[in-house]
Amino acid sequence: MTQIPFKGTPEQELELKAFIEKEKNEPGCLMPVLQEAQRIYGYLPIEVQQMVAGGLGVTLAEVYGVATFYSQFTLSPKGKHKISVCLGTACYVKGSDKILAELEKRLGISAGGITPDGNFSIDTCRCVGACGLAPVVVIDEDVYGKLTPDMVDDMLSHYMD
Amino acid sequence: MVNLKINGIAVSVPEGSTILDAAKVANVKIPTLCFLKDVQKCGSCRMCLVEATGARGLVAACVYPVSEGMEVQTNTPKVRKSRKTTLELILSTHNKKCLSCPRSTNCELQRLALEYNCDEDRFGSPEEFPAKDLSSVSIVRDNSKCINCTRCVAACDLQTVGAIGPIRRGFAKHIGSPFDIGLGETNCVNCGQCIVACPVGALSEKSDVEKVWDAISDPDKKVVFYTAPSVRVQLGESFGNPVGTNVEGKMVTAIKALGSNVQCFNMDVTADLTILEEATELLTRVTTGGTIPMFTSCCPGWIKFLEHNYPEYLNNLSTCKSPQQMFGSILKTYYCDQNNINPDDLFVVSVIPCTAKKYEVERPEMNKDTDVALTTRELAKMISEAGIDFNNIPDGEYDNPFEIATGAGAIFGATGGVMEAALRTAAVKLGGEGEPLVFSEVRGTEGVKEAEYTVGGVTVSVAVASGLGNARKVMELIKSGEKSYTFVEVMACPGGCINGGGQPHVADEVRNSIDVRAVRANALYKYDESLPLRQSHKSPVVDMLYKEFFGEPNSHKAHEILHTHYTARNKFN
Repeated sequence: MTQIPFKGTPEQELELKAFIEKEKNEPGCLMPVLQEAQRIYGYLPIEVQQMVAGGLGVTLAEVYGVATFYSQFTLSPKGKHKISVCLGTACYVKGSDKILAELEKRLGISAGGITPDGNFSIDTCRCVGACGLAPVVVIDEDVYGKLTPDMVDDMLSHYMD
Repeated sequence: MVNLKINGIAVSVPEGSTILDAAKVANVKIPTLCFLKDVQKCGSCRMCLVEATGARGLVAACVYPVSEGMEVQTNTPKVRKSRKTTLELILSTHNKKCLSCPRSTNCELQRLALEYNCDEDRFGSPEEFPAKDLSSVSIVRDNSKCINCTRCVAACDLQTVGAIGPIRRGFAKHIGSPFDIGLGETNCVNCGQCIVACPVGALSEKSDVEKVWDAISDPDKKVVFYTAPSVRVQLGESFGNPVGTNVEGKMVTAIKALGSNVQCFNMDVTADLTILEEATELLTRVTTGGTIPMFTSCCPGWIKFLEHNYPEYLNNLSTCKSPQQMFGSILKTYYCDQNNINPDDLFVVSVIPCTAKKYEVERPEMNKDTDVALTTRELAKMISEAGIDFNNIPDGEYDNPFEIATGAGAIFGATGGVMEAALRTAAVKLGGEGEPLVFSEVRGTEGVKEAEYTVGGVTVSVAVASGLGNARKVMELIKSGEKSYTFVEVMACPGGCINGGGQPHVADEVRNSIDVRAVRANALYKYDESLPLRQSHKSPVVDMLYKEFFGEPNSHKAHEILHTHYTARNKFN
């Protein structure tokens, strides 16, 4: 679970509540509401899930069950810079697991986590369609290919504050 | 009606019935795990698979509808093999430490594994098991025993509490509270219906047995037990007696046999006392324009439910402590005074069919007057551990001075009982004609019951709800202004205390075939009929308490010792 404190704004809350109001009588509305909540806040912390449960009149247990069932939902916020390590077949055989291990070591967090300063978050993905460049890491919109573990430091240096 | 054959036996069942329903008519047993009558029907565990004509592959009998001319086979090599494999897969992630498991010998998984001749190690075992959740003072969750049947979740959802749910998926799937916060930190009301629903040892009460043994073996302590109304019709089941057997006499003898410093009192005494305090409070509210409807306050599950979900209605709750807490307070004050006992040397144990009462004794405002609340199950364990031959001991009698109570106190254990007891006394106090003893409108296991009575020129409109889902329905009716009641009784458990979270486990086969709640309730009503006194205000013990100690109902002293206050809580934690 994240240690980053919740920083939701009143505007975000209003936006979510308006969406809930619009959707709440539709059967199966929990999914779209959670998707919208994640779009607004970037992730689904307890504060947001409580808003969803309260707004839809369902239990927090149900909201949390759905939020943890689908991999599209994340309970941790994403960093200012989002690192995505490809663990697809081509990248994997080219050693992307070692790139991931190096990133985790350098940043002191594991995949799915965020650094305490909120600067970086690491996620893994399956194939970004650039197998010719394997192993591939995507940071924000930038693609890094043909990586070796010793290139990780230099790659990260572009995003240090 | 639909005609079909189960194992060649012709049966005729109403349209919409499942194969499982039809099998019951044919007296054919189909094993189930995730199915539980009135609680859950989802077809996910695959234990009840059968062969049916017209179906592709094996089908789940608990959800598969019957059709005309269908032929069902419940005992073929294919079916048996499938069930066995299902069980062995469940066992592959189950902590098979059965000897010390709280459900050993009445575990549904254990019984099925034996019946299907399973190899519990066929698919190995995990190297590590999840840790127990010990955060609640009432309920322990041991997910190493959990088989993910979700019966507990269904029970919690029926209560509209929703403190638990399935989390994650695949091998990571488990049952827990949101964000895996310990149950003790959530909006759980401790009713224990999850324990009642659990087929295995994943849920149990937080045991206080050792604390009680310690007190009994302490030469400086005097130990007093007092038993709740419904325990007398539950305890016998733990010793092989049929559901609803009244074993009061043996229960009293057994409790006193636990140690030479043990006395046993009758909690029905403070049920009677509650009626006098509560009826007086209600009358005051009605005549002085106080907050109505007034809600009963005997049930600690209901109290916590209201605190989380309807904190704006806390003033509607009667300020009366529950009979359990009234008894503890009287013992630590009046009884200690009378007998020159230092309250610190008196160890007070209530025996209750309830897990929420464990939470209640820990509420700070209760001052630890009652030291331990022991469930019916825990008492049964102590009796067994002490080597007492329960079924062959003579009947005993409660100890003086808290031995005599009325039938009105006894029926507190069933839904509608508190209301009926109050009405019996109110009918007389309000100067009505005659002394009516039976108020059948408020009896029965129905979830919501309503009635209107006019006594002595006063009309009271009452509602009785059992099960928190029904309590919520009543609350919403009150909130929307659709209904206005004078007095509302709520018991958190469906059917009342006789179906509490601390009662002996009833095998699923029995639960699926008889209405345990009705049978136990009838035993209480029969007991009520057998008693010479059936109105709380006629109790000589209550009379003595007012004469010698409290003065009169709702006196200053009574308020100090017998009444309490409540705490508004958040919706989710």
